[in-house]
Amino acid sequence: MSAITPEIVKRHGLTPEEYQKVLDIMGREPNLTELGIFSVMWSEHCSYKSSKKWLKTLPTKAPWVICGPGENAGVIDIGDGQACIFKMESHNHPSFIEPYQGAATGVGGILRDVFTMGARPVANLNALRFGDPSHAKTRHLVSGVVAGIGGYGNCMGIPTVGGECEFHPCYNGNILVNAMTVGVADTDKIFYSAAAGLGNPLVYVGSRTGRDGIHGATMASAEFDEDSEEKRPTVQVGDPFTEKRVLEACLELMATDAIVAIQDMGAAGLTCSTFEMASKGGMGVELNLDLVPKRAADMTAYELMLSESQERMVMVLKPGREDEARAIFEKWELEFAVVGHLTDTGRLTLTMGGKVVGDLPIDPLAEASPEYDRPWVPTPAPKALSVDDVPAPNDPLAALKRLIGSPDLCEKRWIWEQYDHMVMGDTVGRPGGDAAVVRVHGTKKALAITTDCTPRYCLADPKEGGKQAVAEAWRNITAVGATPLAITDCLNFGNPEKPKIMGQLVACIQGMSEACSALDFPVVSGNVSLYNETSGEGIRPTPAIGGVGLIKDVTKSVGLALGSDQTLIVVGETTGHLGQSLYLREIAGREEGAPPPVDLASERRNGDFVRGLIDAKRVAACHDLSGGGLLVGVAEMAMAGGVGAAIEAPQGTPPLHAWLFGEDQGRYLLAVTDAAAILADAAKAKVPAAVIGRTGDDALTLNGGHSISLAELKSAHQGWLPEFMSAP
Amino acid sequence: MKAAVIVFPGSNCDRDIQVAIEQSTGQPCAMIWHKETTLPRLDLIVVPGGFSYGDYLRSGAMAAHSPIMRAVKAEADKGVAVLGICNGFQVLTEAHLLPGVLMKNRDLRFICRDVDLRVEATDTVFTRRYRKGQVVRFPIAHNDGNYFADPVTIKTLEDEGRVAFRYCDANGNVTEAANPNGSLNNIAGILNARRNVLGMMPHPERLADMLLGGIDGRPMFDGLVEALAA
Repeated sequence: MSAITPEIVKRHGLTPEEYQKVLDIMGREPNLTELGIFSVMWSEHCSYKSSKKWLKTLPTKAPWVICGPGENAGVIDIGDGQACIFKMESHNHPSFIEPYQGAATGVGGILRDVFTMGARPVANLNALRFGDPSHAKTRHLVSGVVAGIGGYGNCMGIPTVGGECEFHPCYNGNILVNAMTVGVADTDKIFYSAAAGLGNPLVYVGSRTGRDGIHGATMASAEFDEDSEEKRPTVQVGDPFTEKRVLEACLELMATDAIVAIQDMGAAGLTCSTFEMASKGGMGVELNLDLVPKRAADMTAYELMLSESQERMVMVLKPGREDEARAIFEKWELEFAVVGHLTDTGRLTLTMGGKVVGDLPIDPLAEASPEYDRPWVPTPAPKALSVDDVPAPNDPLAALKRLIGSPDLCEKRWIWEQYDHMVMGDTVGRPGGDAAVVRVHGTKKALAITTDCTPRYCLADPKEGGKQAVAEAWRNITAVGATPLAITDCLNFGNPEKPKIMGQLVACIQGMSEACSALDFPVVSGNVSLYNETSGEGIRPTPAIGGVGLIKDVTKSVGLALGSDQTLIVVGETTGHLGQSLYLREIAGREEGAPPPVDLASERRNGDFVRGLIDAKRVAACHDLSGGGLLVGVAEMAMAGGVGAAIEAPQGTPPLHAWLFGEDQGRYLLAVTDAAAILADAAKAKVPAAVIGRTGDDALTLNGGHSISLAELKSAHQGWLPEFMSAP
Repeated sequence: MKAAVIVFPGSNCDRDIQVAIEQSTGQPCAMIWHKETTLPRLDLIVVPGGFSYGDYLRSGAMAAHSPIMRAVKAEADKGVAVLGICNGFQVLTEAHLLPGVLMKNRDLRFICRDVDLRVEATDTVFTRRYRKGQVVRFPIAHNDGNYFADPVTIKTLEDEGRVAFRYCDANGNVTEAANPNGSLNNIAGILNARRNVLGMMPHPERLADMLLGGIDGRPMFDGLVEALAA
């Protein structure tokens, strides 16, 4: 047996203290396979060792939550015996190294998490963050990531209905690719991963196991350096055609009652999946590695246990149901192998060639997985920025044109036209709106889905930023008329061993918690991605939020397109907050100040009021106000409807540019026909609301004078991304 | 009208077309697995969109050799209506039920958007409910929709009025700017000589429901029911 040297331990990402724990648990020196298993099980990616303490503080309960964090995905009740199952996950490191395959397998992984639980996936979304557009690698990364997401989702026939895409130099060496899948299942057909039944067969289905992706989870738990691109062999290759067949075969088998437990093989492959199933069910597992379908005959136990080959699942079947299950998988031309059975030993025993090649206790390994209370320092409070310190533009409409043509606010059609966003025939609200609206097949109801985060707010004030990310998701769902129900999150941060970064993580989670509680918007699933640093430079704190809501009558849902002869009303208070605004960054060239505060009580009051109006069919169009402020919101609604508007700004405070471009939270723009009655109702509900203009014509006009044509706005809005992507 | 949809591994618009057909017929539309070798008596056979066999080798190439395709050919030869949409069009060309090939899009990217089409042939069971020259809006969603054939084939298709749909602008002008994928003569859909087989890249089934943004696709299915209900 090979001696485990300190060097080997280090290469497996374990600290000397962690290795001592390994020795204590094993009562002997582990062999290389066993060490590899400890390494992946205790990696940050699989164990959440730095974040666990804080994740536990997030609100996860509500009467409609069927299953919160801890399973493959979160489950909520959407009525009529149906459940919505969803999760978001990062695939940042692989996507930077190999953008097409990294992004594609990110989509494949999150899809499996959702259909493992018995849901047919009905929508994909994503949250993408790239480096400075002028950085040499950015265009290559955008092109590869978008093609990879499309390549996988399109072939699967799951519509990609929404997302966000931003650019900032802090992501130059560490892009973020967060993928979200939403599925629908019957509440009495939800599948969990806890193994049960002594002697029950353990079955492997899907693709064969190859040498790809070995130690991907360990890679995702380390900082990048110049040599990272040499890690390309640890990026897996996706095969959506196989996954489509795995999906159909699993759903076909799930329609029977043959499955006891099922788990997809994601990070750390066979190791993680068998451990999780056994640990949750309090069972032992005997696994015969000779029976695992392989791509190469001479694979070692180490390679088989750590491979991250895609499109594989493991399940526990009821005894005697193997042939029925086998027939389904063979129909779909997939591998099917009984590779072991459940035991009562509480151990994972691996055999190969008739010999035991690994033998580990399950509970001690899972329970002893490290949990750190990492030291953290609070982020210093940002200095508030006075409106007087921000110069007014010479021409507010020229400033608007620059803003809507900037990389973060420009139209992302170039991206979402590469995604099939209509397949499955239920996409009611297509990409480009506040939230995507996807009808629940065969019903009148629909899911409203969005992804949101404002990293510049999170950097300046992580707690307010965490609150804002949740509040904006809630607002986007409200803006289409739906009731927000729950979120999934993808917490992307730098190196948690640095107290400053850990402080960002802690405060973002605190802010998120406050917002989740105040808005009845619990967290039901999620993922943490740490060590997003390259050569010591961390990304901005980016807690991406994926929100899901329900609208009972999809015909009541509204979009953001303006029509003629409507009155524009802004709901919520406009103080003209310019700190950390896009106006400040894009027009004044400064990134400073405090982000806009989120008043959760008024957020809720304003949102509930708007939702009530939409439900009463009193709103023709609605748009949430966020980055860029009020004038950008009007412009987006005008461009969507092909109808202009005349805006009348109030006299006095705040100054015009702050009123036009401030990013005050908790606000909506409504296009209505009974403005007076709505203002009266708003006053009764103690909701600030004011008329700011009328729609009509084909230009935006400010205070009765200066105007800009929709054609000019559209050309600025639509131009930037295609030009950037086609530049030589 | 008795209709059936052929399902290959990787088909993914099979349910969408089934929903659209059932909406017009009010009757169940059968799903037939590609391993079958015979077909029941049918009025309409649909080869649906998707990524049969993952588009490996060439899109449609492997599915064209599936056992069921022999039966589909035999039925087409007898005059049964066969509709191939998107990947289904690719399968029909690979199976030589229709001439030409569908190459990678001119811009080498997948494109999903609504496009305007000019209806060029209305003397078919598929298009009888449209007016000649009518502009309709259908979505496209494909990697390989760039129609190509040799000059003799193109001339034959044009001379025999076998181009069913052409990409055009909102006013019906057939322009290069309105051509999303580089197809020769802006061809979006073609007929066989007997006019009972239609292959098209755009998806009529995706705009047959007002909630989804339009119903320009619906006359195709209503027209089929009208022509084939026996």
